[in-house]
Amino acid sequence: MRPPRRSLSGALPVWAEVALLPLVNIALAFIVVGLIVAIIGVDPFHALRLLVVGALGSSESIGYTLYYATNFTFTGLAVAVAFHAGLFNIGGEGQAYIGGLGCGLAVLALDRWLPAWLMIPIAIAAAALFGAAWAAVPAWLQAWRGSHIVITTIMFNFVASALMVYLMVNVLIAPGSMTPQSRTFAPSGRIPAMHDALQAIGITVAPSALNLSILLALACCVAVWVFLWHTPWGYALRTMGHNPEAAVYAGTSLRRMTMLAMCLSGALAGFVGVNELMGVHHRIVLDFPAGYGFAGIAVALMGRNHPLGIALAALLFGALQQGGAELAFEIPTITREMVVVIQGLIILFSGALAHLPRPWLQILFARRAS
Amino acid sequence: MQALTPAAAAIELRGIEKSFGSVHAVRGVSLRIEAGTITGIVGENGAGKSTLMSILYGLYRADAGEIWVDGRLVEMASPRDAIAHGIGMVHQHFMLIDTFTVLENMVLGAEGGVLLAGGLAAARAELARLARDYGLSVDPDARIADLSVGEQQRVEILKVLFRGARILILDEPSAVLTPQETDRLFRILQTLKERGVSVVLITHKLREIMAATDRVYVMRQGLVVVERRTADTNSEELAELMVGRKVHLDLDKAPTRWGEVLLRAEHLSLVDDRGVRLLDDVELELRAGEIVGIAGVTGNGQSELLQVLAGIRPPSGGQLTVCGHVLDAHHPGNPAQMRALGLAHVPEDRLRQGMVAAFEASETSILGYQDGPPFTRHYLLDGPAVGAHCARLMESFDVRPRSPALRSSNFSGGNQQKLVLAREIARKPKVLLVGQPTRGVDIGAIEFIHRELVKARDAGCAVLVVSVELDEILSLADRILVMFAGRIVGEVEPGRADERTLGLMMAGADAA
Repeated sequence: MRPPRRSLSGALPVWAEVALLPLVNIALAFIVVGLIVAIIGVDPFHALRLLVVGALGSSESIGYTLYYATNFTFTGLAVAVAFHAGLFNIGGEGQAYIGGLGCGLAVLALDRWLPAWLMIPIAIAAAALFGAAWAAVPAWLQAWRGSHIVITTIMFNFVASALMVYLMVNVLIAPGSMTPQSRTFAPSGRIPAMHDALQAIGITVAPSALNLSILLALACCVAVWVFLWHTPWGYALRTMGHNPEAAVYAGTSLRRMTMLAMCLSGALAGFVGVNELMGVHHRIVLDFPAGYGFAGIAVALMGRNHPLGIALAALLFGALQQGGAELAFEIPTITREMVVVIQGLIILFSGALAHLPRPWLQILFARRAS
Repeated sequence: MQALTPAAAAIELRGIEKSFGSVHAVRGVSLRIEAGTITGIVGENGAGKSTLMSILYGLYRADAGEIWVDGRLVEMASPRDAIAHGIGMVHQHFMLIDTFTVLENMVLGAEGGVLLAGGLAAARAELARLARDYGLSVDPDARIADLSVGEQQRVEILKVLFRGARILILDEPSAVLTPQETDRLFRILQTLKERGVSVVLITHKLREIMAATDRVYVMRQGLVVVERRTADTNSEELAELMVGRKVHLDLDKAPTRWGEVLLRAEHLSLVDDRGVRLLDDVELELRAGEIVGIAGVTGNGQSELLQVLAGIRPPSGGQLTVCGHVLDAHHPGNPAQMRALGLAHVPEDRLRQGMVAAFEASETSILGYQDGPPFTRHYLLDGPAVGAHCARLMESFDVRPRSPALRSSNFSGGNQQKLVLAREIARKPKVLLVGQPTRGVDIGAIEFIHRELVKARDAGCAVLVVSVELDEILSLADRILVMFAGRIVGEVEPGRADERTLGLMMAGADAA
């Protein structure tokens, strides 16, 4: 494995950079969280135990943790691919939403005629295509018109949200339904749940939302790694991210590369729709991206934009999501909103303040060296 | 002129020293700027002129030395101090806000109160007075974006005067001006002088020194080599002092064996967004087996010429023939296509263009050649092949340390340059463009790089070298072309090249 590319100074050893710094960040976040939990009158250690057990204590909770991690992996990879090209894609939320629309439309159109082995790949491709198309518009606006991608991708999240509400309420709603959701997908348009798949080979686990989309997420990790570091396009993409002038010198069209990077990014985000709609809901519903797109920024930051790091960060975020839900269930004073605060603090410390403890560690290492 | 009495120098610098890391930019410079005169500071790029003025203006702190203003020792910790002592600076790149009016730019940083109206009214009155006193008329309500470059510069000067400056520093003021605008600027400077303002003019153009100044200091390698009254000197003498007589680096070169023409530029021109003509009707022929050197002071179109020839910028007009392929404004090439035609390019600024600092050396060693064999097979980069390629390049060009996995930025300047050069020469190009082959390179590596360029020439490559180092051009080139103001103003044979004539041509003395 390669060392992470992004660092503010070379003063720290690689292992400290990759492992110690994120751990210190998480520890800091947990200390602050512990203080807050103590203030509202709950024993922090009890809460921590509930959180860990809630996330990893049973095959059911592990299943949910991995199911959430699947979503975080997709959006984390999406942010990372754009980031390596020097682009900040904040539109993961909208791209996931529209990606879901893509796979949902494909399934609704074809699930009565196609077998699963044909339906699922087509729907996955449709998710990628729709997600990519939703990212392509801001990319085009930046490449040819100079509109900043941060602004346009944020705007496109709102457009996606409004568009989906319109479609679900007026067009795709199942006949006779009172809630804005489509008809249920036929079995060929569903991705098998993990507990069913494992049952088929004789392993019994408790039912959870975890489905085989996690394999797609793992495949995406490998594919992104191969693409970025082992293909000429990934090489050109990283060149543009580090030094656009050198990319021009090397003969790369910055416009085309911007399009490529954003389309890949959007496609990865679009896979959230596969996990949510084909894997869990089995119909198109509203609001399924539920913040995964934004959390992807923190996942990518924490994972240092490397697929392996992103997979690990996604696991942590998945565990927090699942454990937090259990926590809210077990302790009435810790509400759902409180759990969001806890997650927010962890994102704050591992994302925005990721380099906060660096000077302390540097002093520590310098002192030890001398 | 009564102001020339030695007692009351507007500014006196004594023993100013400044180093940046290992570079000794200014070495014990002392000079006097008399009140009510125009003083020129002339020298090649990197001679230390701009650094010296930045110290005077408080942008840098001198390592040693004293600054005296009006006979008092002063401390210049920041531009604020300089302004307080009546020193104003007009930068080469204007510091104006395009969407604001002249008046709004004028009050920027001197708004005078919570509400703008009062400050603006006062500024309007002051602007009218300045216009009357100095003959500097500009419409106060015009938007900066709508003004010509010459007028924008006038606004910069007004801004400085508005803040009460009595000493005006102009850094390469004519760099962006047309000759007519330059003449107008000099008339303005003359008026300012008559009204008692002292002017310091930093330039590398001798014609401007001769036309505008009363006194001139020549700087070379961080030293003031001479001080003259402008009336007592001439362009020839200044050119010689500026360039400095030095022995050529001896380079064993076989006689030139000229081959076919591999690159031809006809009526090549380049105009930027602001309408400035960067390249003007450039005619150029490059033959197999020769090194053509392009001499000139930085900013006379050499960088742009390299970019156009390498396909990075499309020309605005004219035609370019590379190895039999014709390219023009309607069918511009791109760098990838140029490489496919057999053209290689060592860019002027290797860190900004020629490599990616954060990449491993092996990744830098394939920049521009990553597509297709031998580095890409079955759509995948062949990592071991890239590593082996880099190791070979490092071996043959003696790049140290020989570690393909080391980050490119961790190599010294000379080794970075050798790596980039190795990458470009390894493909055995038909045409090799080299910008500033030895900028920031240590002496040992300079010799090596020169020998490799000659080797490429002897192998039948057509080499174009752009350099601001006259010695380098003189020792390498089989033919020397001189560029000035976007044109090729002359061709010289190195055997008969005389530094004085070259210096004059470079400074545009002939072209004037």
